[in-house]
Amino acid sequence: MIPRVVRRRLTSGLMTGVVTALCLLAVLPLVFIFGDLIAKGASSIDWAFFVENPAPAGESGGGVANAIVGTGIVVGLAALIGLPVGIGAGVFLAEYGGGRLGWTVRYVADVLNGTPSIVVGIFAWTFIVKPVGHFSALAGSVALAVLIVPMVARTTEEMVRLVPHSLREAALALGYPRWRTSLTVVVRGALTGIVTGGMVGVARIAGETAPLLFTALGNLNFSVHVAQPMQTLSLQIYVYATGPFDEWHRLAWAAALVLMGLVLMLAIVARRVTRSKYASR
Amino acid sequence: MYRAVLTGFALTLPLLMLALVAELVVSAWPSIARFRGAFLWTSTWDPVAEVYGAAPMIFGTLVSAFLALLLAVPLALGVAIFLTELAPKWMRQPVAFLVELLAAIPSVVYGLWGIFVLIPFLREQVAPPLKAVLGWTPFFQGVFYGNSMLAGGIILAIMVVPYIAAVSREVLLAVPGSQREAALGLGATRWEAVWSAVLPYGRAGVIGACMLGLGRALGETMAVTMVIGNRHDVSLSVLQPGYTMAAAIANEFAEATTDLYLSALFEVGLILFVITVIVNGLARLLVWRVARGAAVGSKAL
Amino acid sequence: MRAVDLGSREPGAGDSDAVPALGSRLPAPDALGPLREPDSGRLATDRLTALFHRTAAVKEVSLAFPPHTVTAIIGPSGCGKSTFLRCCNRMHELSDGGWVTGRVLLDDVDIYDGTVDPVQVRRRVGMVFQRPTPFPTMSVFDNVAAGLRVDRRRARSATAETVETALRQAALWDEVKDRLDRSALDLSGGQQQRLCIARAVAPRPEVLLLDEPTASLDPAGTQRIEELCRELKRDYTIVIVTHNMQQAARVSDFTAFFYLGELIEHGPTTQLFTAPRLEQTEAYITGRFG
Repeated sequence: MIPRVVRRRLTSGLMTGVVTALCLLAVLPLVFIFGDLIAKGASSIDWAFFVENPAPAGESGGGVANAIVGTGIVVGLAALIGLPVGIGAGVFLAEYGGGRLGWTVRYVADVLNGTPSIVVGIFAWTFIVKPVGHFSALAGSVALAVLIVPMVARTTEEMVRLVPHSLREAALALGYPRWRTSLTVVVRGALTGIVTGGMVGVARIAGETAPLLFTALGNLNFSVHVAQPMQTLSLQIYVYATGPFDEWHRLAWAAALVLMGLVLMLAIVARRVTRSKYASR
Repeated sequence: MYRAVLTGFALTLPLLMLALVAELVVSAWPSIARFRGAFLWTSTWDPVAEVYGAAPMIFGTLVSAFLALLLAVPLALGVAIFLTELAPKWMRQPVAFLVELLAAIPSVVYGLWGIFVLIPFLREQVAPPLKAVLGWTPFFQGVFYGNSMLAGGIILAIMVVPYIAAVSREVLLAVPGSQREAALGLGATRWEAVWSAVLPYGRAGVIGACMLGLGRALGETMAVTMVIGNRHDVSLSVLQPGYTMAAAIANEFAEATTDLYLSALFEVGLILFVITVIVNGLARLLVWRVARGAAVGSKAL
Repeated sequence: MRAVDLGSREPGAGDSDAVPALGSRLPAPDALGPLREPDSGRLATDRLTALFHRTAAVKEVSLAFPPHTVTAIIGPSGCGKSTFLRCCNRMHELSDGGWVTGRVLLDDVDIYDGTVDPVQVRRRVGMVFQRPTPFPTMSVFDNVAAGLRVDRRRARSATAETVETALRQAALWDEVKDRLDRSALDLSGGQQQRLCIARAVAPRPEVLLLDEPTASLDPAGTQRIEELCRELKRDYTIVIVTHNMQQAARVSDFTAFFYLGELIEHGPTTQLFTAPRLEQTEAYITGRFG
């Protein structure tokens, strides 16, 4: 009969091992996915890939120039629309959000954050595509903006709340009216965090596909008209991956690598911004 | 003036929500009026005869999400406990970063990987042993072609792990250190301190984290539709293709030829919306209780 | 009133940095700040009661602060000293549930009168807090200038002059003159607190309220701030809340002793510390409680 103490220690060691194994198992797919992205996608990436448009169906070659530009336009427009609204809502929640209106807005933001993006897509379809009669990049941007507003509102609120109360008091004691305190001391103090939150939000919507299926739709040609359908990297990957041609599959991997690279870059830059601000202090 | 502008921005959120709900209900109304309750439990989905029953989709959504949670919760809890309690200090940041990276991968990239890597792997390495050992159960019947509920569940599990892990981690971090120290001071082993002092305290929050993960899994579209097979069928076997509500909308919305078809899809969207709101609402309630109203999980990429 | 030592050296500064006499300090018309009369800066309270919701933290205190003097407010923790101070620049009402009855008179005008703008009050009555609170995203220069930019545009050169004057008054100029554009957070704790003092005096308020300004500083920093108080009273009326009785004895002309929200005794510092009128005061001063 193993003494109780030894048994407990063994259990502890065993459970530690189990937990560690589970953690490693959780991270394992990441290794595989990144490995496959690079293994299957890197070889297809060359200069032509970035500057050419897709080749006609079945033919080899071609690139994703229209998709890259399209992603930039759709995501950029969505950020233009959504970031100010989201940040404004976030500052409201932090500075004036104590009452019932604040509670309601916060609750709604959380609900919208949990809404499936496809539902947001058909929402944008109803309000923008249907009345106008055709698909457009603008509709896609609106759908993405609806996704990014509640995201950024909550992260902004969190960042602004972190500003110490003593700073507010110091500004008020100097004779700053409340609005000026909020704008020049509080928001300015939280600016780095707000920017990081914004970039993280943009990184997330850059990868979205579902809300674009019935709004931006996709476009085989190069287009910069926001009132017309537009292609994005995410849509391109979907079409190519589910298509019948091996050539398309190859290009899908390459496009996925590019999209992943874009998302990663945004995320890393966001972190760098936060860290550098603190390092210099 | 400043406050008025900010209030204006903030008001867009409730307005958007109202517009969303109104639009869903109005667009779904023809279908609701036509099919009433039968929409929820009949399986016939016939665009030609204009008869729509969403039972397979609802079933598939729930099953795939449940399967995903079954796989994801142990993994995610492992990550959370590892990061907060057991990992040496130098490992915490890198591992946390890796897990967050999982959340950054776009859904369509997961789907791509699912089609060309996961499914062949399942077909060649996983399905044969599964069938050999468990083929007598109703869960592993039928020929496995690849696109299946199993593939959908696994992909969802991988996608959902970082969310559950991130929120669980914040919940566990919110547990006061005194709980841990009290247990250790009484002579508990490291594991015992976690199991008997920390986890019970954070239990509500961890359950909430799992529900948040469930909410995410319910709404996931692209990766699922790329690997699940997209077939209107209710089957107990996870080796068979299935369907989810989100996948159905993604696949069929652009091709809905009649108003009733479109309306039926909107009704599917409404049902999906309602389910996720309820699940997320419950989840937030549980998490708020432990983490006190912070925007928990919002930092997870 | 204690004799003012005009010849005392500013810490760390040479002769050329000695603060000039009061007469030359009066600003020229429409220059940098509110034009002040020579006897401005009279602060007094009249039966001031400060409450949080229903609980009174300060009860019916009537106290006068003569211009160009330093008054110390002493008393055990929680006796309402800080609350009283915050009533004098209308900061108390910013606290949750904070409100007052009674009057606070600045140059014979009740600052709680309905027609008075609290923001304006705070520009005439400056405050320095217990912990240094420089604005972290601003440089040293911008921190000091922060109070100046509030209601009018001014030429950068005029601002630069005011900033320099304020920094000299706070005995910080020599230490920061080469790094005005660097972050305020690079300074030490004591320097940051002097920066906050410079920031508070830059807009030329009439009264300076100091809420335990040396509580988070080391002895050297504390000494410098105390010396500053003696210098600054030339231009400002100073009220300093302090936990430290020796500090009150060193720094102030008058002292007020608070206990449980009430003003127990008030008088010239030397008299209060050597021959207090009330037994309760004596008990506190000799350390029998508090």
